[in-house]
Amino acid sequence: MESLIGLLVGFPLLGAAVLLCGGRKLDRSGHWLGVLLSGASFVTGVVLFAGMLGKPTDQRALHQHLFTWVPVESFQANVAFQLDQLAMTFVLLITGVGTLIHIYSVGYMEHDVGRRRFFGYLNLFLAAMLLLVLADNYLLLYVGWEGVGLASYLLIGFWQFKPSAAVAAKKAFLVNRVGDAGLAIAIFLMFTTFGSFTFAPVLDNATDAGEGKLTAIGLMLLLAACGKSAQVPLQSWLGDAMEGPTPVSALIHAATMVTAGVYLITRSGAIFNGAPDAQTVVVVVGAVTLLYGAIVGCAKDDIKKALAGSTMSQIGYMVLAAGLGPIGYAFAIMHLVTHGFFKAGLFLGAGSVMHGMNDEVDMRRYGGLRKYMPVTFVTFGLGYLAIIGFPGLSGFFSKDQIIEAAFAKGGTQGWILGAVTLVGAAITAYYMTRVMLMTFFGEERWKGQENEPHPHESPKIMTVPMIVLAFGSVFAGGLFKAGESFVHWLEPVTQFEHGHSPVSAAAVTGATVVALLLGVGGAWLQYGRRPVPSVAPRGSLLTRAARRDLLQDDINHAVLVKPGEYLTRGLVYADNKVVDGAVNGTAAAFGGLSGRTRRVQNGFVRSYAVSMFGGAAVLVAATLLMRAV
Amino acid sequence: MSPVNYVYLAAVLFTIGAAGVLIRRNAIVVFMCIELMLNAANLTLVAFSRIHGNLDGQIMAFFVMVVAAAEVVVGLAIIVMMYRSRHSASVDDASLMKL
Repeated sequence: MESLIGLLVGFPLLGAAVLLCGGRKLDRSGHWLGVLLSGASFVTGVVLFAGMLGKPTDQRALHQHLFTWVPVESFQANVAFQLDQLAMTFVLLITGVGTLIHIYSVGYMEHDVGRRRFFGYLNLFLAAMLLLVLADNYLLLYVGWEGVGLASYLLIGFWQFKPSAAVAAKKAFLVNRVGDAGLAIAIFLMFTTFGSFTFAPVLDNATDAGEGKLTAIGLMLLLAACGKSAQVPLQSWLGDAMEGPTPVSALIHAATMVTAGVYLITRSGAIFNGAPDAQTVVVVVGAVTLLYGAIVGCAKDDIKKALAGSTMSQIGYMVLAAGLGPIGYAFAIMHLVTHGFFKAGLFLGAGSVMHGMNDEVDMRRYGGLRKYMPVTFVTFGLGYLAIIGFPGLSGFFSKDQIIEAAFAKGGTQGWILGAVTLVGAAITAYYMTRVMLMTFFGEERWKGQENEPHPHESPKIMTVPMIVLAFGSVFAGGLFKAGESFVHWLEPVTQFEHGHSPVSAAAVTGATVVALLLGVGGAWLQYGRRPVPSVAPRGSLLTRAARRDLLQDDINHAVLVKPGEYLTRGLVYADNKVVDGAVNGTAAAFGGLSGRTRRVQNGFVRSYAVSMFGGAAVLVAATLLMRAV
Repeated sequence: MSPVNYVYLAAVLFTIGAAGVLIRRNAIVVFMCIELMLNAANLTLVAFSRIHGNLDGQIMAFFVMVVAAAEVVVGLAIIVMMYRSRHSASVDDASLMKL
């Protein structure tokens, strides 16, 4: 059984190698190879899952040691996999959603000349992401972490002939680099503190390390999570990452890679449990991001960027839940999985809409599309109901649990967090309703434009994955919630404590539904009852700021880029004038002096004689003088 | 007559020789002036030998004469070769030893 774990990573890695090295011969059929190997990885995952279910709870974790990577005395870096319940959850999500998106991409990228390369990158991403979640130590996790960063960079910049895509890819890569530095430092700290970076020794001995060390490690891990999961203050790359093809946005920038930060925090739960200060920071980051992303999502007219803001906000929920400790880990992962379903479905729906609308992304040029794209409408609609937390659908269960856990944090903090999550739920309902109304309802604003699009339903190969994801969006939450099955499944890895909420579960549910109705109602008043203008109105100060991502780029520019530029210029000036000046000045001084001295060598014997006589006279004079003294 | 006067005479001779070396261009004259300086030195050695009443200076003078004789041979040979190659005995014409 253990030996199958390697195959999970091996299949997509093989696919990436073959597709990227295979050359043009594979252009015609290569994408099917990508789909096949991704599917093979999923089947392997299902087989392992079935095997895992057959065992008693405490013996489910599997371990496979492949080889020792760097054996140096006490520094033993192993390439070894650990498949426990947490990793299993991720494996099924990644390979399952990944395979669906591979299938969808066959249709979506049909006319793209780089389709083989696209599938090669997608397979590379799957391999790296699986390595990330299967690694049994932080160093191998770091390899996967960098791997998904690379795949994300390559896929955002897939259409690199567009300058905006190339710049967005570079931006994502650079911002992620800040977070990666945090992960590297966290691993250094672990090695000095515990003498190891393998999960088992680090996490089992975490309590012995002292709170200061744990806080430091926790904050560095949080920095890493912020970079990868687009949390404030490293959130600025996610919006621009929408330059990539839509399946990429669905797979990497909604369902899987951006949740790696949540995985990291949950996996390192033992460290955070021993560092309450770090946990507080995690919770604050999550709370700030969930509002930040939601506000940005309200103002964007680009359908993908509105969804990107929503992704940021939903991951904020997960990070917040993960920061609550053992009362929240399981719910963070549960929301992560349900979010994986409905957000991937929403993005695929957005891709389907764009497919039928000549790649138009501006929602002000959509409208009334439900008649033309019924399947997209229904699947998108189910994803929409799931994300806003419509009672009975998956988002309702997972988000409700997080809100309840936030209240259960206790004290003033609990009330503040509870309020923030409720407000977030209302805003979520608002912006998602806005997206829904602007896209599928109202007037057909695309009529009468130049290049009037001819909206049409996407081919089956695209709609089938959307339908499957819609099923997941509807039923996953209820399935997980039934008998607390998901919580019990994860309990051996993440621990679980029942939070004691000051408000009853029924009251929280009631408040969530009220928030939901307020959000939907607000959006309907603004976008449903009145026609949507096809040119964006000027809007309030907040709207204008939110359209510019709440000035994140301006702030980065003012705080980081400008001072950096000045520093560089100063350094260049100092290098040219001071360092080079000193060096060149010394050289010039010696050169000049030598030039003068050279004139003494004029070739005339008599002048040499003069210097001889002069020298002799000086020597005699000096001798006499010394005598006299 | 005080032997010190010989020292004065030697000083005068040396000065004349040094001035000749510095001023004259003709290699033969320069050479002669060098001989003059050597002999002025010899004269001082002999004079001091007399003043101090020992023979060290006189012995030294003989050595100088031997070395001077050898030097004359080499120096004249150089001057002859110089004249043959450039038809001039001027020391300023032989100014190739420079950058």
